Amino acid sequence: MEGRIAISGLSIVLGEKAQAFEAVKALDCSIEPGQFVCILGPSGCGKSTLLGALAGHLVPSQGTLRMDGQAVSGPSQQRGMVFQQHTLFPWRSVRENVAFGLKMRGVGKAERLAAADEILALVGLEGFAERWPNQLSGGMQQRVEIARVLINRPRLLLMDEPFGALDALTRMKMQALLLDIWTQIRTTVVFVTHDIDEALFLADRILVMSPRPGRIIEDFTLDFPRPRHTGLMTTPEFTHLKRHCLELLHHEDGRQLPRLNPLGLPIDHSIPRFAI
Amino acid sequence: MPTAAYRWLPRASSLLVCLLFWQLAASHHWNLWLVTFANVPTPGAVLEAALALVDSGKLARHLGASLGRVFEGYLVAVLVGIGLGIAIGRWKWAEDVLLPPLEVIRPIPAVAWIPLAILMFPSSELSMVFITFTGALFPILLNTVHGVEGVDPRLIASARSLGAGRGAILREVIVPGAAPSIITGLAIGMGTSWFCLVTAEMISGQFGIGYYTWESYTLQNYADIVVGMLLIGVLGMGSSWLVKRLGAAFTPWHRLRGKA
Repeated sequence: MEGRIAISGLSIVLGEKAQAFEAVKALDCSIEPGQFVCILGPSGCGKSTLLGALAGHLVPSQGTLRMDGQAVSGPSQQRGMVFQQHTLFPWRSVRENVAFGLKMRGVGKAERLAAADEILALVGLEGFAERWPNQLSGGMQQRVEIARVLINRPRLLLMDEPFGALDALTRMKMQALLLDIWTQIRTTVVFVTHDIDEALFLADRILVMSPRPGRIIEDFTLDFPRPRHTGLMTTPEFTHLKRHCLELLHHEDGRQLPRLNPLGLPIDHSIPRFAI
Repeated sequence: MPTAAYRWLPRASSLLVCLLFWQLAASHHWNLWLVTFANVPTPGAVLEAALALVDSGKLARHLGASLGRVFEGYLVAVLVGIGLGIAIGRWKWAEDVLLPPLEVIRPIPAVAWIPLAILMFPSSELSMVFITFTGALFPILLNTVHGVEGVDPRLIASARSLGAGRGAILREVIVPGAAPSIITGLAIGMGTSWFCLVTAEMISGQFGIGYYTWESYTLQNYADIVVGMLLIGVLGMGSSWLVKRLGAAFTPWHRLRGKA
């Protein structure tokens, strides 16, 4: 099985000149193929930055990132990315959005649309293929987004707080759905979140990050049996680990850092350069 | 839209009220302090002039000449405006190289171009097409730049992660993402192209609605001037409407939100 990740001495600098800072510093980590890893940390700790570097959207200032021995240089279909807010193309139907990756690979129209329908069924969206993305609910949009990435059968699935914008109930359904899909399409998953319950429910292994500079302060594996159900969240073992995570996240001095994203810093909406 | 039917009533009444005001003001030679209607032809006189124009058999040739010029100038502006707009919006070097001279040229009114247009082009026909082109270019160009720059960088990043190369990103993400803004530019450009027409056809020796309007002024046929003005207004409105409808057909995902 493929999807082995090796990170060594990774540093990522964000910002220009005087405002530049190390969002991630001297980070070492290796991830086994097929492992479900959650990166847990407060806002602005550099967890999304790390994800962006794994996706190939951000260039490390130091260190190396390798997948199956090959250095990461630029985005690739092998490393699929799911953002917090969906990035579906509003001008393509749900089916064509999902088929996009296959189109880029030159797969014929009939074949790629059939493959899209198949994977839409897997995420429970048969019957919505003809819709525009804007006609779907937030949860459905994220399901399409996941389907669109998985159609490429990536070796690595990167998820940046994918359920962070959903309501609590939808979020729980999506977590269960994700685990269900993951048993059928097995890939390495790196899932970024600041929700402790979410991380504990999903992961094989949790990396806790601390901000400025972003580094891993705790790394532990979870051996809750799979398939997991929501009942898990009320067991004593779960609560025990949750308390441990809370302590790790709370020893920080509580300063609010700007939210980072996998493409770097938040976009500054500057004044347009001309009037129309 | 179920509301469309009864919305035509206020729209039509609005036009009728304007017409009524014009009739009253012109026939009673109203003097409204700053504006005087003493020498303005009445709607009746304008209608007569319009009928005379139809009877003269020249209307079709005037219309044909003007439509041809506007269409040609507009078409070139569409190609140049969208092409340059995408380059400027997408690449920093293109912006640095192309935008400064364009920004200098932009405020120059069409009428100022007349002498140079006559000197630069081999025929007066081409000079006129050039002037309608300058009218349409900038709204199309700037709206395209605006649209391209407004494309969500996350969509571009996603497309790259899904295997899209440079060409595919342009075709599949940048162009459709900028399309609503480009279409706005195309509709505005259609209108501005028409309002450069009179200026352009000052050069003309024979035909064109703009020429007809300008000639009527030199001959002091005031009713004819108004006929020319109204023709330009109606044609400009019609072609802008056409562009908008075509644009909406090309961007079915982009629904215009109604007013609350």
